[in-house]
Amino acid sequence: MSFDNMLPIIFMVIMGLAMLTYVVLDGYDLGVGLLMPRATLAQKDTMIASIGPFWDANETWLVLGVGLLLIAFPKAHGMVLGALYLPVAFMLIGLILRGVAFDFRVKAQDVHKRGWNRAFAAGSALASVSQGWMLGRYVTGLQDGWRFDAFAAVIAVTLPAAYALLGACWLILKTEDELQERAIGWAKKAWPLVVLGIAAISLATPLVSATVRERWFQMPEFIALLPIPLTSAIALLGLRGLLNSHRIRGKLCGLPFALLVLVFVLGFFGLAYSIYPFVVIDQLTIWQAASSPAALKVILAGVAVAVPAIAAYTVLAYRVFGGKATALSYA
Amino acid sequence: MDPLLLARAQFAANMSFHILFPTISIALGWTLLFMRLRWLKTHDDAWLAAYRFWTKVFALSFALGVVSGITMSFQFGTNWPGYMERVGDIAGPLLGYEVLTAFFLEASFLGIMLFGHGRVSERVHLVSTFLVAFGTTISAFWILCLDSWMQTPVGYEIVDGVFHVTSWPAILTNPSFPYRLAHMLIASALTVSFLLAGLSAWQVLRGKTNASTPKAMRLGLTLAAVLVPIQILVGDAHGLNTLEHQPQKIAAMEGVWHTEKGAPLLLFAWPNEREQRNELAIGVPRGASLILRHDPDAEIRGLDEFPDAHPPVKPLFFGFRVMVGTGMLMLLSAWLGLWLLRRRGWAPAALPRPVLRLLAAMTFSGWLATLAGWYVTEIGRQPFIVYGLVRTAEVASRVPPGKIAASFALYLALYGTLIVAYVGVVRYMAGKPPEQAPATPQSGEAVADVVGAAS
Ligand code: HDD
Ligand code: HEM
Ligand code: HEM
Repeated sequence: MSFDNMLPIIFMVIMGLAMLTYVVLDGYDLGVGLLMPRATLAQKDTMIASIGPFWDANETWLVLGVGLLLIAFPKAHGMVLGALYLPVAFMLIGLILRGVAFDFRVKAQDVHKRGWNRAFAAGSALASVSQGWMLGRYVTGLQDGWRFDAFAAVIAVTLPAAYALLGACWLILKTEDELQERAIGWAKKAWPLVVLGIAAISLATPLVSATVRERWFQMPEFIALLPIPLTSAIALLGLRGLLNSHRIRGKLCGLPFALLVLVFVLGFFGLAYSIYPFVVIDQLTIWQAASSPAALKVILAGVAVAVPAIAAYTVLAYRVFGGKATALSYA
Repeated sequence: MDPLLLARAQFAANMSFHILFPTISIALGWTLLFMRLRWLKTHDDAWLAAYRFWTKVFALSFALGVVSGITMSFQFGTNWPGYMERVGDIAGPLLGYEVLTAFFLEASFLGIMLFGHGRVSERVHLVSTFLVAFGTTISAFWILCLDSWMQTPVGYEIVDGVFHVTSWPAILTNPSFPYRLAHMLIASALTVSFLLAGLSAWQVLRGKTNASTPKAMRLGLTLAAVLVPIQILVGDAHGLNTLEHQPQKIAAMEGVWHTEKGAPLLLFAWPNEREQRNELAIGVPRGASLILRHDPDAEIRGLDEFPDAHPPVKPLFFGFRVMVGTGMLMLLSAWLGLWLLRRRGWAPAALPRPVLRLLAAMTFSGWLATLAGWYVTEIGRQPFIVYGLVRTAEVASRVPPGKIAASFALYLALYGTLIVAYVGVVRYMAGKPPEQAPATPQSGEAVADVVGAAS
């Protein structure tokens, strides 16, 4: 295969990784937002402090993912975002509410603080549900019909549950004492929802998409792919077991988060395998949708230089704000 | 309603909301760096107080800029799906480089800039502040390069209706870009200087001054007094450049319906689109020819030379007058304010109340001029999306108008609420007493509990 023909694949990989990074990173932010209403006033402050220095950079991965869709696969961008016009608008409104509430709540008068706390939680919920719905519509190739809507609806509740679980695991990692205790409780509540959702989606996907069915239920591919669901199942069970162990209050506080990220990554690979070589399943392959090789090369040069730098300062930021979350202050 | 009109209105509303906050973030980032450096140099705690207060304004503006910017990055695809298919080879890399070089830089270092005191050294902190300010400026560079290219396209060839790059250097130095970049960066600095001066004046009027007030007032007025004349010169040069490349835009701005020699400079008029003439015109004879061609008898091409390819006249005519009028008011208030402030020993409280009221009224004047300027620029490109080459109607989305209208209504409601909340909170913060100075300034103790009680 010539380099020009490989370019779309390279960009599909980069775009996919940007989206995956977004889902994991903003996933824990949104999860913390979803859990907010359950916390006391003081705990809310700590929860926000745990995501404060990161949320902006986390959201930038969405800009990169969508930006790459726009600039590398313009035809698919038009098709996908045109079909998902309203859910996209709802997600954006959710993200706006979440992002500004975060800042307003500490600066507004006391009487308004409660309202901004609510806007923070509501924005997080709106954004997560819309993202789930969009993912569901996307996986089924944007087809219309009640079966597809029902499928999308299942994902629209599963993804927020998964974000809540991720947020709870983040809090187990970043907080101590009472809040950490509560986070463990929240994780225990979210876990069955996530497992149920994943099971339902795994069963339903082959039913709603013939392409996916053929991909997975064929020998010998089926055997080769088995590690993906098996490892996910083990990771999820391990996570549940850990929630009962006192060790996550100490040294192992990061392990639940890591296990759940593993599940997200495996899910992502499963999805990528189901879809490739389409950008819009059954409708548009990555080569049909791609920009010209000339444009892709110019962007690739930028990616090659910038992404390592971005990785470096992301690591720097997480190191500066490593350890347990403490009150944030401008000084 | 016409889906094209709806899509344009929706895009314009989102863009207008977005630009309000970059306009503040770009220059305020540099201002914060300056305040911090002043404090390190002079150890005058008034600079620290100023730094602390304006950091809060910055954080809030930045957050609003980021969330509205994320909306913008979806808007290209949802509203103009044909746009990327036609000019993606040029727009794609420019937008991509903006994300890669600017957005991650500012977003990653913002955390350290805002909350990093006591966790990193003063030096690393200063570098982080610099990188955030630098990031906002590079972001303006890329996006304005793209916008300017859409106004004055060069360095391309068209094969089967699709644009291909023939020269990146030509695109990166397209004819209107230097003018637009300079004009916009100064617009940002002016917006911030009137915000500084205006909010300080408001504090004096309400009797809520603190140690930072004189610093902010003096800094704002000085910056403004220096930059307004420069902005006027740059604006003039920008206009001459536009005359060369987009003559119909200038014809609409000046209300020149028919090509004429010795065209007047209209101070006021009511353009009548149907009859192609101006009513109630008051003007300086030969003024437009003099300003635009530096010759009172020179010929200015009129709109009649561009049938079916010229922008609507009223928005440009009035938009331009709002911008220039605001610029003149800025000149007057900055010079008057600075002169009086100097004569009264740099004490804001000693300024006459009418002057304070004038400055307070000008707090958000930068927003007004900036929006008016962008309307002139963007509406002036119509009916084209890429000037002279691609019409907006050709690339518009086929989303049903009902969906556009529904999301448009939601955005409008949200943006309206947020603007009110933003101005309200900035005022509220300006009226509060400043936080206590820390015992040991560099100790990194939590000084102002940002996430703590809203004290
Ligand atoms: C002259 C400057 C300017 C102009 C014309 C625009 N922007 Fe902007 N934008 C900025 C200057 C800026 C900035 C200064 O870099 C921001 C604003 C405040 C901020 O926090 O960063 C930003 C933020 C920002 C973000 C969030 C970045 C992040 O996550 O940190 C996105 C996605 C966009 N913008 C996208 C756009 C698009 C698609 C535009 C055009 C259609 C656009 N902006 C016009
Ligand atoms: C920053 C301030 C900006 C403001 C306030 C602004 C405002 C507007 C307005 C009012 C319109 C509608 C014009 C009309 O339809 O009559 C418009 C259209 C448009 N602008 Fe901008 N704009 C800005 C910057 C940009 C930039 C930086 C770009 C591109 C890089 C851009 C790209 C477009 C496009 C694609 C359209 C839609 C097509 C059109 O109507 O021409 N704009 N903008
Ligand atoms: C007072 C004298 C001024 C003159 C003669 C002037 C001239 C111009 C012209 C001719 C344009 C349109 C360029 C084009 O579309 O091709 C423009 C746009 C613009 N103006 Fe001004 N301007 C002045 C003052 C100001 C002030 C005080 C501000 C803001 C504080 C401002 C902000 C803008 C902005 C943001 C734009 C749109 C971006 C651009 O195209 O540069 N202008 N100006």
